Amino acid sequence: MILLFTKKHTQFFIRREMELNKLIELKDLTKNFDDQQVLKGINLDIYENEFLTLLGPSGCGKTTTLRIIAGFEDPSGGQVLFNGIEISKIPPYRREVNTVFQKYALFPHLNVAENIAFGLKLKKMEPIIIKSKVERMLKMVGLEGFEKRDVTLLSGGQQQRVAIARALVNEPKVLLLDEPLGALDARIRKQMQFELKKIQREVGITFIYVTHDQEEALSMSDTVVVMNNGEIQQIGKPTDIYNEPENRFVASFIGESNIIEGIMIKDYLVEFDGFQFPCVDKGFEDNEKIEVVLRPEDLDIVEPEEAKIQGIVRNITFKGVHYEILIETQFRTYKIQTTDYAEVGRKVGLKFGPEDIHVMYPMGAY
Amino acid sequence: MKHFRHLIKPYLIWSILIIVIPLLLIGLYAFTEEGNAVLTFTFTLENFRKFAESTYLNVIIKSFRLGILATVICLIAGYPLAYIISKQAEDIQSFLILLVTVPSWINMLLRTYAWMNLLSDNGIINNLLGLLGIDPITMMYTDFSVMLGLVCNLMPFMIISIHTSLSKMDHSYIEAANDLGANPVQTFWKVTWVLSLPGVLNGVMLVFLPAISSFVIPKLLGGGQYMLIGNLIESQFISVGNWNFGSAISLILAAAILILMRLVKRIDVMGRQEE
Repeated sequence: MILLFTKKHTQFFIRREMELNKLIELKDLTKNFDDQQVLKGINLDIYENEFLTLLGPSGCGKTTTLRIIAGFEDPSGGQVLFNGIEISKIPPYRREVNTVFQKYALFPHLNVAENIAFGLKLKKMEPIIIKSKVERMLKMVGLEGFEKRDVTLLSGGQQQRVAIARALVNEPKVLLLDEPLGALDARIRKQMQFELKKIQREVGITFIYVTHDQEEALSMSDTVVVMNNGEIQQIGKPTDIYNEPENRFVASFIGESNIIEGIMIKDYLVEFDGFQFPCVDKGFEDNEKIEVVLRPEDLDIVEPEEAKIQGIVRNITFKGVHYEILIETQFRTYKIQTTDYAEVGRKVGLKFGPEDIHVMYPMGAY
Repeated sequence: MKHFRHLIKPYLIWSILIIVIPLLLIGLYAFTEEGNAVLTFTFTLENFRKFAESTYLNVIIKSFRLGILATVICLIAGYPLAYIISKQAEDIQSFLILLVTVPSWINMLLRTYAWMNLLSDNGIINNLLGLLGIDPITMMYTDFSVMLGLVCNLMPFMIISIHTSLSKMDHSYIEAANDLGANPVQTFWKVTWVLSLPGVLNGVMLVFLPAISSFVIPKLLGGGQYMLIGNLIESQFISVGNWNFGSAISLILAAAILILMRLVKRIDVMGRQEE
């Protein structure tokens, strides 16, 4: 596992890997609401056929970014390029994007088929063509025979599918999804995640997906963009985001982690909690202050003499698949996820390999 | 909540006393002859036959025409205003709605007398026109003055009921329509207008019903010769003293209004199914 040094490098790797056309480019995008700056210069390239997720806590600017791409908000500064053409001044009804809204926004006065046909009717398509397109869409989202149903009487999951069909039937270049699974219960959520990914592969267009749910982001996306406070924190593949968080925010927002301040003695050697550990990271200054991420599931409990870091089990919680154990050491309390049981009060050692250590720059150091 | 049920009883008794019994009395009067003793009634359809005379039929036709016209004017003028108000920030909205209702704080009679002063042949407007060298225009005691009075009185009901349905409409419907390719005009007619129809119908009823049965405004602004169905009923009860004929006309008016409202509702339901 190598460390990707800067945001620019991360982008470079993706670009090489995908070798696809850039579809949307956000250039130094800013947005102010009254005196509050919600976007502080967003630079982002979005490619064809990409499933890209904007991930972050509420108020991080992810929805605003999506609404600017859709055309519902004007950026305060910067550019939105679509196929290389500036579109910030183009109204939403002339953009080649469609949106799946958070609460679906299905028209209550129209039935399922009429909702889906809304965009096609505006384009003055032949009724026969509209009918067959609507049928095909309903089939794709698994709602065959629902044409005449009242949308207000559908379940949340069904409304969601109608909303997706209504957007996709217009054959947009990009589908924007604003927390589309937020209102669904956990079981249907899981199922819809799977189906969304399937639909995306089927129609082969770009999906831009907004969510605050890290699991959703990691399981569906090609690219995850982690945002906080109106700034992009990291762009990368889900595995990169999880395994190689670039800073403390990403590490703590994506999954659980033990974050430890330390010093990079030299390439492949890091010091924290009073010991030196071999690691796989390089490219830092010698003796640079850094932070180390240790994922709870990467840590193992061993006999005290087998490990450098030793501590006492303070708490153990059964979580189903694994136990979550809190171990108090001289400097801090580590969180561990393991299938092994250890009784409270026992003295144990904490073991991890060089590849389990992820070194990153401390917050605000770049 | 069950033990609160008995609290409704005083209201029930009150409603029976002031609504149901008078209605039954009107029905009784309408179907009986004039000059009955307290307990002996002679039933007749004469009152209804009398109404079929062209003089009276013309009155009801004129009333309906006026009522419909006033409603249409209120709708055409009120909808854009309600729409513009609903687009403002919340605190500005409540202020504007307050302004709309301000005239109704003043007694309706006073407002009507004010119009008389403004509109009369030597009233304020004609005096101003005179200063500009324009000959006085007769405005009082015409269809115009009656219509003006009705529209100004009833407009707030139209605006408020349309505004209510517009302001509680979810903005994401409009964004969804835009997103699917509808320009602002298409969005208005295909989404906003259709979703505001319940408010429009509400407003239509609130304006049409008082407009068709009003008698003070036509009397004051239309003059003694201006006969609408409300004036007809009033005169039968107050000056002519034929309560039986007055009751019959009231019943006919009520029936006509009920039928019309049913039709409007029907159109509304059909319109929605067609969409």
